[in-house]
Amino acid sequence: MRTLRWLIGLLLIGLFMYVNFFVYTGSIYFKLINVILFSSLFVLYRVIIGPTAADRIVAVDILGILIIGMLALLGLNYEQSFFMDVGLIWALLSFMASLALAKVLEGRSLDD
Amino acid sequence: MIRETLGMALILIGVMFDFLGVLGLVRLPDVYNRLQAATKCVTFGSAGILLGVFILQGFNNFGFKVLLGIVFIFLTSPVAAHIIARAAHRSGVKLTKGSIVDQYQEDRELKE
Repeated sequence: MRTLRWLIGLLLIGLFMYVNFFVYTGSIYFKLINVILFSSLFVLYRVIIGPTAADRIVAVDILGILIIGMLALLGLNYEQSFFMDVGLIWALLSFMASLALAKVLEGRSLDD
Repeated sequence: MIRETLGMALILIGVMFDFLGVLGLVRLPDVYNRLQAATKCVTFGSAGILLGVFILQGFNNFGFKVLLGIVFIFLTSPVAAHIIARAAHRSGVKLTKGSIVDQYQEDRELKE
């Protein structure tokens, strides 16, 4: 059963990589953005079925970091610099959200 | 020519690090192991992508915003990881079965 699940996951990742890099015809930046979006599906899987609350907080923290990289690639594709403004704000807000969620998890109040 | 090759190589390595870090987030058995794998996709994943974009763009307004993004990520992400790990340990998340030593727990028992 464990081997079967491992094989299904490997097949899924291989199929996605083949379709993304050899069948899909777009610019190279869109191919890389697709890889990042596919990894954020894994992050959402961890958010939904994480066994404890700490797993969900880790996954939400990592999702913000992935989105910053994706916004940089998007701005490089469209030759616009305002995408990075969104990325900077997103970095600071994601940091504050992680701090607040960790503090609630620890059992203290927010103005402690 | 050299600048474009170096920038694209950094972006490719960054996307690969992002994907492998998220794979570790799904596969590993414990909160602390998952946090350790997921923090790898910050320090060379998204920061590698941002550094590649900076090398491709040079010193225009997009390049300076990307440098500011690298500074923000490097300042905020280790702090968030440390606080999440501390809150998870204090809220009583167990370590996985194969782990040998828990020095933070010993230290807290020694203080009491």
